[in-house]
Amino acid sequence: MTTLAKNPGRDLRLTRGQRRLKKVLCNWQLYLFLLPALAYFIVMRYVPMLGLQIAFRKYKASEGIWGSAWVGMKYFDQFFKGPNFVRLLTNTLMISVGSLLLSFPVPVILALLLNQMPSKKYKKLVQTTIYAPHFISTVVLVGMIFLFFSPRNGIVNHLIAALGGERIHFTGEPSWFRPLYIGSEIWQNAGWGSIIYLAALSGINPELHEAAIMDGANKYQRVWHIDLPGILPTVVIMFILSAGRVMTVGFDKAYLMQTSLNKSTAEIIAVHVYQRGLLENQPSYSTAVGMFESVVNLVLILTVNFISKKVSDSSLF
Amino acid sequence: MQYTGPVVKKRRAKISETRADRVFDVMNYVILTICLLIVAYPLYFIVIASISDPVDVNAGKVFLYPVKVTLDGYRRILEYDSFFTGYRNTLMYTLVGTTVNMALTVPAAYALSRKDLVGRNFFMMLITFTMIFSGGLMPTYLLVRDLNMLDTTWALVVPVAVSAWNLIVARTFFQQTIPDDLLEAAQLDGATNVQFFARIVLPLSKPIIAVMILFYAVSHWNSYSNALYYLRTTGKYPLQLVLRSILFENSMNDMVDDAANLAAQMRLGDLIKYGVIIASSLPLLILYPFLQRYFIQGIMIGAVKG
Repeated sequence: MTTLAKNPGRDLRLTRGQRRLKKVLCNWQLYLFLLPALAYFIVMRYVPMLGLQIAFRKYKASEGIWGSAWVGMKYFDQFFKGPNFVRLLTNTLMISVGSLLLSFPVPVILALLLNQMPSKKYKKLVQTTIYAPHFISTVVLVGMIFLFFSPRNGIVNHLIAALGGERIHFTGEPSWFRPLYIGSEIWQNAGWGSIIYLAALSGINPELHEAAIMDGANKYQRVWHIDLPGILPTVVIMFILSAGRVMTVGFDKAYLMQTSLNKSTAEIIAVHVYQRGLLENQPSYSTAVGMFESVVNLVLILTVNFISKKVSDSSLF
Repeated sequence: MQYTGPVVKKRRAKISETRADRVFDVMNYVILTICLLIVAYPLYFIVIASISDPVDVNAGKVFLYPVKVTLDGYRRILEYDSFFTGYRNTLMYTLVGTTVNMALTVPAAYALSRKDLVGRNFFMMLITFTMIFSGGLMPTYLLVRDLNMLDTTWALVVPVAVSAWNLIVARTFFQQTIPDDLLEAAQLDGATNVQFFARIVLPLSKPIIAVMILFYAVSHWNSYSNALYYLRTTGKYPLQLVLRSILFENSMNDMVDDAANLAAQMRLGDLIKYGVIIASSLPLLILYPFLQRYFIQGIMIGAVKG
């Protein structure tokens, strides 16, 4: 009887609903555990989603989110037909798609190489070093970029000058914004990103390698035919996750890297949202732009996930 | 390496395989060494530039080792009050923020790991959805304003009180490490959920708790955009915002105005920039080698969820 009382789900005299209710009551303390976090998600994450309606209203602080007058798609029109729309969209996509295509393969390659490194000590040394930049703050990272690539005093330009080249104004030249952004992205995160693939590689059955060695396969062939297919599901998942963020170019780094000279390539949607919303006090317009970004992201992640489910059987949900 | 007779006799084909393998290994060493240098050199350069004569650094004479070692940059930083205010503020925000993070994340993650929690899938969906869609900057800002949290510590704590990602990582850990038998045994002995959580789950979960504290603390330490959105008073600025003004707005020029002329000011300014980069990253630089293991553990648990 004690057991039954402790496992109310198995008491057959009750209906399914009653059993569930009893389970809930039995575990009321668990709901107490959950409550604060749930309150956070509802108040801080879902309430702002309701706030998205000001994209369709002319928001006035005195009338509030629920009281301001409806204006329909006015602010979306203003954004889509505005002079900056094409430029903002292009800049955002160039950075994010560029980042995705150029930086995505690097951690995979690093993991495959680290996994085959014969010396465990050297492997450890390389790992410890290449993980480190992940913990550098964005402010420091961009500060380093400005110091290293400074036209007059930067070490990179000293090197160019020493080799007989022309000094380049990296941080002011619009055409250098993207290479610097993506390059520093790879520098900071490629090492850290390889951890997840190394974990997947450690799960590959060593017998596969032993059998391949017996059959005379060399290391290169084993990496290509055993290691790579072995981590492919992980690679696909990571790709979906990254592809879903294509429209989100982090505000933090782009805002810091933007100078008065490189705006034509450095101005991206997230920065635009901040400037219009908080600096120029146009909350409704800014919300509309932000909402456009979020919705495109949502559609993208669901699409990539759907395609991947059909093609490879790997999917997030 | 010399190959001796017996090996050749034993298996002739093995030699050519070994050669291909060796080419692979050599290439592997070369590529990874290049990666190592690309990552390590800029970090090393910051260190040597922060203690070298700024004239030589700017002239490009500092490459491999410090030149005319000077601690002038660090001395100036020690005299700069804003930097310390920022440091103190960030320490407080990190402490308060991480405490709130842990108090909310760990119990919730445990509750969500329990199979007998009715509504578990619904709660998980509710949480996961926030990872792929959000209200965005303005609605969140207006909410923070309406809650009267602008320009207070809470503006840096409450909007990031729980990370959905960390919550899911912690939940996965509990699912994998706390066996169902343990719970059943404890229930038979009459333990309540709170007792079981406090006396059995928490002591078994030290690794994940360490990981969570580290992830949260690092993100508080490094974040600047929430402070940029929500704080007004300069005296409340966290370290990263102070750093931003030093690194990008040359705000320390007023602390070097005793230097003879503009050129000298700028040189000293650059020296200070290298110095503050080191000083602001100091806690992590010191802790990183010891904590690396835990960080990786956290990523691995996240990976299993995949």
